[in-house]
Amino acid sequence: MAKIPNEELLKRIAENFSDKVTTVGEPYGLLTVETTRDQIIGLLTFLKTDAALKFIFLTDITAIHYPEQEGKEIGVIYHLHSLTTNTRIRIKVFLADGDVHIPTATVLWNGANWMERETYDFFGVIFDGHPDLRRILNVDDMTAFPMRKEFPLEDPNRVDKKDYFFGR
Amino acid sequence: MQNHPVYTDNDPQNELSTLNLGPTHPATHGVFQNVLQLDGERIVSGVSTIGYIHRAFEKIAEHRPFYQITPLTDRLNYCSSPINNMGWHMTVEKLLGITTPKRVDYLRVIVMELARISDHIICNGVLGVDTGAFTGFLYMMEFREAIYEIYEEVCGSRLTTNIGRIGGFERNFNAIAFAKLRKFLKDFPKTLKEFESLFNRNRIFVDRTKDVAAVTPEEALSYSWTGPILRATGVDYDVRVMEPYSSYEEFEFEVPVGPNGDVYSRFLVRNEEMWQSMRIIEQALTKLEKEPTDIFHADVPEFYLPPKEDVYNNMEALIYHFKIVMGEIPTPNTEVYHSVEGANGELGFYLVNDGGRSPYRLHFRRPSFINYQMYAPMSRGMLLSDAIINMSSLNVIAGELDA
Repeated sequence: MAKIPNEELLKRIAENFSDKVTTVGEPYGLLTVETTRDQIIGLLTFLKTDAALKFIFLTDITAIHYPEQEGKEIGVIYHLHSLTTNTRIRIKVFLADGDVHIPTATVLWNGANWMERETYDFFGVIFDGHPDLRRILNVDDMTAFPMRKEFPLEDPNRVDKKDYFFGR
Repeated sequence: MQNHPVYTDNDPQNELSTLNLGPTHPATHGVFQNVLQLDGERIVSGVSTIGYIHRAFEKIAEHRPFYQITPLTDRLNYCSSPINNMGWHMTVEKLLGITTPKRVDYLRVIVMELARISDHIICNGVLGVDTGAFTGFLYMMEFREAIYEIYEEVCGSRLTTNIGRIGGFERNFNAIAFAKLRKFLKDFPKTLKEFESLFNRNRIFVDRTKDVAAVTPEEALSYSWTGPILRATGVDYDVRVMEPYSSYEEFEFEVPVGPNGDVYSRFLVRNEEMWQSMRIIEQALTKLEKEPTDIFHADVPEFYLPPKEDVYNNMEALIYHFKIVMGEIPTPNTEVYHSVEGANGELGFYLVNDGGRSPYRLHFRRPSFINYQMYAPMSRGMLLSDAIINMSSLNVIAGELDA
């Protein structure tokens, strides 16, 4: 089957979710929509089970930190792929820092488990209902969420890279 | 997953033993730790611990200009670094809207397919070692060396290649590279044939691998599997066909799929992919004959570093050199997802750009990371020795697993 045109895909989503899903854009042809955390599981379930769309494949879950966006600091990004129609879609949910809760997608895909653990590990996003939300790549007793922008790349206590050693 | 009877933790009749398989176990070929509960030789449950070689590449990438991220991608799947390099270059090219000349595309296809062969050589060779046959591994290893020598001619390094640049290659392929490539194409089929006749109908090998760790397509898709292990379950998902990049749409090749997703099917799929890769390389060489031989990069002076001798003698080259190094060239403020068919599956790059010289956020969709998460659940009820060859056949590479 051929790729679903973005307009048609949007129309299908709008029929079921009206104004709860907004379009962000189509960078490089990949339809990007935004929704809220109340709607996300409903939207994912619809995309996965709809007979015409069949976005059965979860490509990726990750997050982005935008510290200067008031009330929308953490963005959780889902990439889905409809293998039969070869169509991709990107879904964004923005969360406020301090209330980074979002329902888990493990109810739909087993593969979401580690993707969500990785997102939690690096951004502190708490996926409600996740069966095993622990850190995955970092050590268990780490307190920070290192992919957030305020976390420095280098250890601030290092003395061997101070500017005065380089005449600056 | 298999339906062997397993004893539960709180069954008083059975005493389970705990086994730390890894992090540095010789049979796991990498830094993998699995804490297993064993009942005799059967695995009752397991917990995977990963992250032993986590190097924070995504964080480092946020502080580096685009062209300095290529060496980071080398260290993801270090058995097939060129695919990662090319995937990253193509992501940036997609972001910047650069179209590459056909000759660059074909050269890239050659390098990527060589990388796929070298990766599959390791995986299938090691699978033989784990089932007790060292011979095939040694026979095949000779040709990984031949592939590394081709890399050496093209880019100067062997394992972590840093091959190519944004827009093309850093230098043209020389005559020795093509000679070595032709020699490889001539000699390798014979060895691969021998390798196949050593294993494909070998009673010991088939008994050890057939129906071991069989996975249904539904399970595989639910766990977001990609690559040869997904195709071994019968799902014909291949990024090269679904979303062709680097002119793959011009090539004739088959996507092998396996019958039932067990270790044996994965082995057969990988072997067949090596044949198909050679077919692709042959076609690329034929196509190259019609292309001008002096083109090896796109004409994008604002992103492709000029040759060093020009920098000191040519005004424009000096300006572009300065601009590239100082990062003064504006880039689009947008986001892009690009994926390539890595040796282990869909290797995706999600690049969010804010118009600066380095990514605002870069996320690698690493197939090994996503494929490996089924390992502990699927090992339940399996014999320990089967779990070892199952891990070999998943071909999880620690660098890609931990990023």
